[in-house]
Amino acid sequence: MNTLNTTVNKEATMPEETPIPVPEEKPAETLIEEGKTVGSPFSDDPKFKLRDVEVFYGDSPAIKKISLDIARNEVIAFIGPSGCGKSTFLRCLNRMNDSIDICRVKGELLLDDENIYDNKRDVVELRARVGMVFQKPNPFPKSIYENVAYGPRIHGLANRKSDLDDIVENSLRKAGLWNEVKDRLDATATGMSGGQQQRLCIARAIAVSPEVILMDEPCSALDPIATAKVEELIAEMSESYTIVIVTHSMQQAARVSHRTAYFHLGHLVEVNDTNTVFTAPEHELTESYITGRFG
Amino acid sequence: MTQAEIVRQSLKRRYRKERRFRAYGIAAIAIALAALVILFTDIVGKGHTAFIKTTLTMEVTLDGEMMYLDDASDPRQLKNADFVEPLIQALMREIPGATESNRAQVRDLINPYASNQLRDALKDNPDLLGTTQTMTFLSHTNVDVYVKHAGDDAYSIKLNEQQRQWVDHLVESGVVQNSFNDVLFSRGDSRDPSRAGILGAIVGSLLTMIVTLLLSFPIGVAAAIYLEEFAPQNRLTDFIEVNINNLAAVPSIIFGLLGLAVFINLFGMPRSVPVVGGLVLTLMTLPTIIISSRAAIKSVPPSIREAAEGMGASKMQVVLHHVLPLAMPGMLTGSIIGMAQALGETAPLLLIGMVAFIVDVPDGFLDSATVLPVQVFLWAGSPELAFIERASAAIMVLLTFLISMNALAIFMRKRLERRW
Repeated sequence: MNTLNTTVNKEATMPEETPIPVPEEKPAETLIEEGKTVGSPFSDDPKFKLRDVEVFYGDSPAIKKISLDIARNEVIAFIGPSGCGKSTFLRCLNRMNDSIDICRVKGELLLDDENIYDNKRDVVELRARVGMVFQKPNPFPKSIYENVAYGPRIHGLANRKSDLDDIVENSLRKAGLWNEVKDRLDATATGMSGGQQQRLCIARAIAVSPEVILMDEPCSALDPIATAKVEELIAEMSESYTIVIVTHSMQQAARVSHRTAYFHLGHLVEVNDTNTVFTAPEHELTESYITGRFG
Repeated sequence: MTQAEIVRQSLKRRYRKERRFRAYGIAAIAIALAALVILFTDIVGKGHTAFIKTTLTMEVTLDGEMMYLDDASDPRQLKNADFVEPLIQALMREIPGATESNRAQVRDLINPYASNQLRDALKDNPDLLGTTQTMTFLSHTNVDVYVKHAGDDAYSIKLNEQQRQWVDHLVESGVVQNSFNDVLFSRGDSRDPSRAGILGAIVGSLLTMIVTLLLSFPIGVAAAIYLEEFAPQNRLTDFIEVNINNLAAVPSIIFGLLGLAVFINLFGMPRSVPVVGGLVLTLMTLPTIIISSRAAIKSVPPSIREAAEGMGASKMQVVLHHVLPLAMPGMLTGSIIGMAQALGETAPLLLIGMVAFIVDVPDGFLDSATVLPVQVFLWAGSPELAFIERASAAIMVLLTFLISMNALAIFMRKRLERRW
């Protein structure tokens, strides 16, 4: 055998690739009618009234003519396969897409009958009313106290130190974190566990007493126990806030939400009571998704 | 051949490659280290003697008649009195066999400025007149060179046979002594190597650096924040960005020419002053600071920015409360490295006249000054070897400053760095 200059002459024989059999299905597009949503997307007393919302990244549309009402004090879950536009849609609700240069939003988005995308609208005021919790816990690298106090401070909600202390304590209590951190409010927030960090982010969001809280997959980076705690928290908060939650976990949607909206390729396919969606979905695509045929 | 054999064979080759690659790396580092060691040994070997001065300690009889001086408190008499004679007499007493006929040779052992020291002593204390005092004076540079470098071929000894014997004798009797060269750190430049110091250059460097820091840090950080956070993405900002990157690579002497043309010729600012030096070095360090500050701002995790925006913080609040504190360590590090670069810069300062021979230690931003690297340049070009050793000493001082600045940068980065 030639050990000095070994070359492989023969190509290694590979098993021939066999295509994975794909069940014949009608392409999803043909099942969706643009701007048409089955179920009950509208409500009598909407907090958010969204009509014909379109979002473009450059020239490519990410959201296609969605109309939806979000009722007062309801928990609505957005579900759907990756890339279906549910996060993009969520971020329109407090204009978090503004910082993306190529992103354009069209349509009518009303919060309490006031246009969110009005030119005169101050985005700072909007975000004070519509708080947000992100996918990955993102506490500021400051103390626990400072994290919660930040919002009230920039919005001038507390004039005295004692008021601020009260807000911090109340918010942490509501987030179920007070007993765990009351002795170390000055400790840095980044030293907490992932679940604690996420609850701190929720406490931070509710410290400015928003009317709506948007949650973008709040539990995707958490373990099951931390997830359970956050879900409990969502259930408690639903009494006083309107909550919009994007989730990849259908069980979670089933557990925490009153209504569920199913998104597909930028379309809002179905909105119904959570029970209905998971037990008797009206639309074919919804059924395929919740039974795990794709997504 | 089975697949396992093929893999085993290729493994051997892969390991060989890895070993070879590692060897290249080690060789590269070894070469760099060796170059560094050679450089440092050379500089320290040449320069360490500059930290030693040679002095003469003698009993000086302050005889009024010999000095043509009856009243030491009278400035006019002090001006005309002879302060060299008592020194010659004192030294001649220490040298057996020295007679009036070789007084010139004796005089050449004494530093030409020693008489000034004697005059100043009398001016401060007129009562000394008529007494005998034990005083220490600088020796002549030739004596200094002979004492420190006798037997070194590189140095030419300018003493004759007779003088060498005398100096040998004086060393034995303890009149000629070596001590720490405080002159080097307490005086400005001089034509006489034994009286030349780097204090003037150090102060000049310090003043120049203060101007540079005060201008380049705020301007650089502000420019970086604007470009990174507020500027729209368009052709103009792209153009600016490209030009900043280009400026970082422009040879520093060009900035010197610019300084000469704009600050001195157009604005009519004085030559050789730290303010102009600082302005020129600001232009030179700005690109470095802007680039490193932008990198620091970019490295702030977007999640923090999003969190603050989601809380309803305005753009300004996001930047001031969150981005800036997190980017600060990186910005400071970049600035310190930029400053270290500026501290070692020579070429642009030559063009704005900071290369002048300046004896006085500068006492302000508008006083003529030189800086450390230029002082090194001046001394290194001198034909006198006594200046070469001082140039090496100045290099050592400069390197000490640079190393401490870089150490400070590392310390700050470690200290201020936040983990999340």
